[in-house]
Amino acid sequence: MKKVISAVLSVLVLTSSTLLFESCGKSQPSAPPNSEVGLVFDVGGRGDKSFNDQAYRGLVMAKDSLGIKYQYIEPGGGSDRESALRQLASQKSIGIVFGVGFIFTDDINQVAKAFPNKKFACIDYTYDSTKAVPKNVIPIEFRENEGSFLVGAIAGMMTKTNIVGFIGGMESPLIRKFQVGYQAGVKYVNPKCKVLVAYAGVTGDAFKNPAKGKELALAQYSRGADIIYHAAGVTGLGVFDAAREMKKYAIGVDMDQWNEAPGYVLTSMVKKGDVAVYDIIKEWKEGKFNGGKPRVFGLKDNGVDFVYDKENKPLIPEKVYKKVQQLRQEIIERKIEVPNE
Amino acid sequence: MISQIFSLAFLAQTIRITVPYSLASLGGVYSERGGVVNIALEGIILNGAFCATVGTYYTGSPWFGLLCGIAGGLLVAAIHAVISIHVKADQIISGIALNLFAVGITKFVLQILFQSSSNSPRIAGLPYIKLAFLKDQPDVEHLLGNPLVLLTVLIVIASHFIIFKTRFGLRLRSVGENPEAADTVGISVTLYRYYGVLISGVLAGLAGAWLAFDQHSFTDGMSAGRGYIALAAMIVGKWNPLGAAAACLLFGFAESLQIQLQGGSLPTQFIQMIPYLATIIVLAGFIGKSAAPGADGIPYEKEK
Repeated sequence: MKKVISAVLSVLVLTSSTLLFESCGKSQPSAPPNSEVGLVFDVGGRGDKSFNDQAYRGLVMAKDSLGIKYQYIEPGGGSDRESALRQLASQKSIGIVFGVGFIFTDDINQVAKAFPNKKFACIDYTYDSTKAVPKNVIPIEFRENEGSFLVGAIAGMMTKTNIVGFIGGMESPLIRKFQVGYQAGVKYVNPKCKVLVAYAGVTGDAFKNPAKGKELALAQYSRGADIIYHAAGVTGLGVFDAAREMKKYAIGVDMDQWNEAPGYVLTSMVKKGDVAVYDIIKEWKEGKFNGGKPRVFGLKDNGVDFVYDKENKPLIPEKVYKKVQQLRQEIIERKIEVPNE
Repeated sequence: MISQIFSLAFLAQTIRITVPYSLASLGGVYSERGGVVNIALEGIILNGAFCATVGTYYTGSPWFGLLCGIAGGLLVAAIHAVISIHVKADQIISGIALNLFAVGITKFVLQILFQSSSNSPRIAGLPYIKLAFLKDQPDVEHLLGNPLVLLTVLIVIASHFIIFKTRFGLRLRSVGENPEAADTVGISVTLYRYYGVLISGVLAGLAGAWLAFDQHSFTDGMSAGRGYIALAAMIVGKWNPLGAAAACLLFGFAESLQIQLQGGSLPTQFIQMIPYLATIIVLAGFIGKSAAPGADGIPYEKEK
């Protein structure tokens, strides 16, 4: 009897771990070598209504207009990342592998060395100018601080309490870029405004704990903040729920997050991960892959922006919008230097 | 600064964090008082949250969703009960397997139903009792008027009474403390152990439903270790309902303090440590010896 049970248990464990580690679109043996694109999602996975979805949109764009086939993996736990990259890189049909998220930085360096004939790109790669980047890796960087500066300026001009909030996911150099850009934007237009700052945690799980995000947001609202900007992935969904409950404003990140709490989302700082993924697939396909140094997408390159459409237009006064457009121009012309740490 | 921290909002936050801990922790008390170690609490919470979300989404009724949450918790608990009581397998391994299984299966079904592996669409929350004097603080109003909060307090008090003052409680404790003796006087060890584990399924399932309603959606892995914290609280509370609830309150307080202190002058990393520090200090300093029920975790073999 015991044996039967242990067999049942092992099957349980095995099925659950395969469920955690599912790969989509099995490659056909007939696919020509180096013709497909592989992509590994970050914690949160597809459907995070944030940058994983953005990256996925880039894949779909590449499929529609370039006729590229793709495969992706949504890793379940932290340790699965590197093996997921390896799994894709080791397939003959796949020529380029994307990692979505700064958390892939070290993994992608490792795997790129093991597969020198394959190409790699990493969204939000933590670039360190003192360390060499492998020639077959393109680090993709965004100037989130510039986009955050603009939404910060909106918050600074629109706050009635002179207190605004920022909620980050995992405390890390990347998320701090959002924070300092935002703070700089708030202070630039409203030096008297106070910015409350909170982080959900110090590990990758801090991006997928919406209950914590909600509590952090409620705490800031109850301390007088009337607008909160989040850079916290799925954790940020809790911020929107708090905004709804308290009838205050929140600012979305990465994608237009209006639909999370219509009427309460002042704007969103969008990061065009789809553009980056698409551009790099296109260049790779045309044989123009240029690795080893970072590709930067800022306001100038249209890689970051904020949302101003028919939905949130009634929330933002004309005067504020004009001022922000002016600030955008000044940043592009380098009249304003936006700090990034 | 102090008054800013210790406000009504702070109190509300502490309670909000404490409710799911207490429900799951009480579940642990029932299960372990009956002699079955229940690490599967984590998976029960997760599955409870998932079933509550799905039930509410498809019927539009949070009350029906609540029942689904309980049923989802019961289901996982029932599997754990069969594995550990009926076939006498290792209870820890069964618990771990079920936790992993819950993470996988919820994510899998989420993808099938909602084409997303990370979160469900928005669902309605439980209706709350309107409290006119708290109109300016909707977060506090939503909490104190929430029927589940009241229910949790009632369950804590009732559990103390049930476990220590009723015949059912005495029998449950006896099968966990000394199953041979209980068996000799004609108490069915198997039956009472099933009761204990199934009650833990109901309670931890409720904890999951609370999380889903508080968040108005299900997100992948949203139990986020709460089952384990509940187990720790159960041990700190010496397997007593009131003690476990008090320990949960302490954990909820520490976590809420950590949230309120952020943005001040202390470094975040230090503040993030507070809940864990509190646990260690309490465990090491104030609790004294905390002994598990005599036959906790040991399958009962009837003498032939």
